Amino acid sequence: MDAIVVDGLEKTYGRGVKALDGIRFSVPEGEVFGLLGPNGAGKSTTVRILATLTHADAGSATVASHDVAREAGAVRRAIGYVPQASGVDREATGHENLILQGRLQGMRGSDLERRSADLLETFGLSDKAKALVKTYSGGMKRRLDVAMGLVHRPRVLFLDEPTTGLDPEARAAMWEELEALAGAEQLTILLTTHYLEEADRLARRVAIVAQGRVVVEGTPEALKRELRGDSVTVELDGADTDRAAALVRGLGGVHEVTKDGRRLHLRVDQGAQAVPVILAALDGAGAVVNAVTVSRPSLDDVYLHHTGRDFASDDGSVRA
Amino acid sequence: MNVCSQTLILCARVLRNLSRQPIWIAVMIVQPMFWLLLYSQLFRRITDLPGFGTVSYIDYLTPGVAIMTAFFSGSWAGMGMIEDLDRGVLERFLATPASRAAIVFGRILEAAIIATLQALLILLVGILLGATNGGIVGWLVILVAAFLTAAGFAGLSHGIALRTRQEASMIAVAQFISLPLLFFSSLLIARTLIPGWMQSLSLLNPVEWAVRAGRGEAIPGTGWDEMGVFLLLLGGFLVLTTMFATRSFRSYQRTL
Repeated sequence: MDAIVVDGLEKTYGRGVKALDGIRFSVPEGEVFGLLGPNGAGKSTTVRILATLTHADAGSATVASHDVAREAGAVRRAIGYVPQASGVDREATGHENLILQGRLQGMRGSDLERRSADLLETFGLSDKAKALVKTYSGGMKRRLDVAMGLVHRPRVLFLDEPTTGLDPEARAAMWEELEALAGAEQLTILLTTHYLEEADRLARRVAIVAQGRVVVEGTPEALKRELRGDSVTVELDGADTDRAAALVRGLGGVHEVTKDGRRLHLRVDQGAQAVPVILAALDGAGAVVNAVTVSRPSLDDVYLHHTGRDFASDDGSVRA
Repeated sequence: MNVCSQTLILCARVLRNLSRQPIWIAVMIVQPMFWLLLYSQLFRRITDLPGFGTVSYIDYLTPGVAIMTAFFSGSWAGMGMIEDLDRGVLERFLATPASRAAIVFGRILEAAIIATLQALLILLVGILLGATNGGIVGWLVILVAAFLTAAGFAGLSHGIALRTRQEASMIAVAQFISLPLLFFSSLLIARTLIPGWMQSLSLLNPVEWAVRAGRGEAIPGTGWDEMGVFLLLLGGFLVLTTMFATRSFRSYQRTL
């Protein structure tokens, strides 16, 4: 049974900006699914359509077996939505925020009080339950955000960039909360992120999104396994990357060469063996190398492999 | 849960948040009294002018200040909507099954309740200063007129807020419409002292309707029929601006 089915959604904003270009994926019940891509790839637009906040120009989608366009009310009852831009009431307490959210979802009385106390406990906010949210730290505010998305025990939870803007410590704490959440409740989670390591850690499956389409989809392990060997990044001092790329492309054991500014990304069988050969070849041709890094394939490399572009330079935002 | 109870909990939320701001409360209490005291001194001898008849100026002024306060409360109400919009609170509400209308109604009700409480306070001070305003019936009419005025202009203000979605634009529009509406009315001065063409134009002004309704009991010779007509007009104005705000809400949703 699929909790989320997205079938060819298209959306163009005014001024001809095409946000979605036939995005397509589905998420089985109980799975944590990651939509991974740089800013502007169409992740948030997808989530907003699924949360009934906006309409698609074409295509269709169902959430918890309800059509998002025709049965918006049923979808809203089935989902929890944690928007990118928070949305907690800063002038109210954590407890008041949860109670209001629950009441808008049609809950009341002791059931709501209990649920709200449980969630405050789960998310480590019990001590600050009666404090105004504006006194919360960024991490606490974000945890309250997630708790509010869960108050009515939704079947599907949308987390739009849950850790963007958090410091590394708060991010690690949030990851732990979310991991526990995925295990405990029979809940389908759609997570969007532009942190590769976040998708790697939390999502059972990921879809890499670029320019409004899914480029590739699979478990993080399978996506990485597709890429043989290690990845080597060479940062050149000179501007003549074309010649350098042509040079290394001919070397034995080098499978793939992608240029990205002054950097060359290479896929090689064995990093440790390939690096001296690559450096010797570049040195012989008079190219000056600033830095070389060797790494196991990451989702970064998966992104690069499938889009031909480097994730960080596509993202454009400052990455922590 | 129906639209009414959702309206009430959403309204309770904003009133609760405001109740935590002591400075806001202090200004809301002091400002109307300040108007009342200032104007009553400034214009003390204005009733000597022909056109005021036998009415004392405090009788004249008390409903005027109550309506003026309600008018301002309503006109600036949209600022709260912009704050919710900027902070993502609105978007969170929209992803719940809560009625879209209740989100707008809750905010309109907020302005109306604040204005009615302020009007009550003004009335009490006015009575202490010697206002009679035709007794309990007249007082009730003033409160109803203040409620309708604040709610009506809050509808307009929220509609503008949802269309401009920017504080600076919202402030500019509110200022642009508020002073002309204030001066094209007999809020501070007897109607007969206003030039004829302005008197005619003022009949299209909801502020004037509120003033005329609220002052009715104090002006000799005003009947219930005239006050009733003005209250009905105000009610119609409220319906129209509420529709405008609800429509603006839909246009805001399309921009998401």
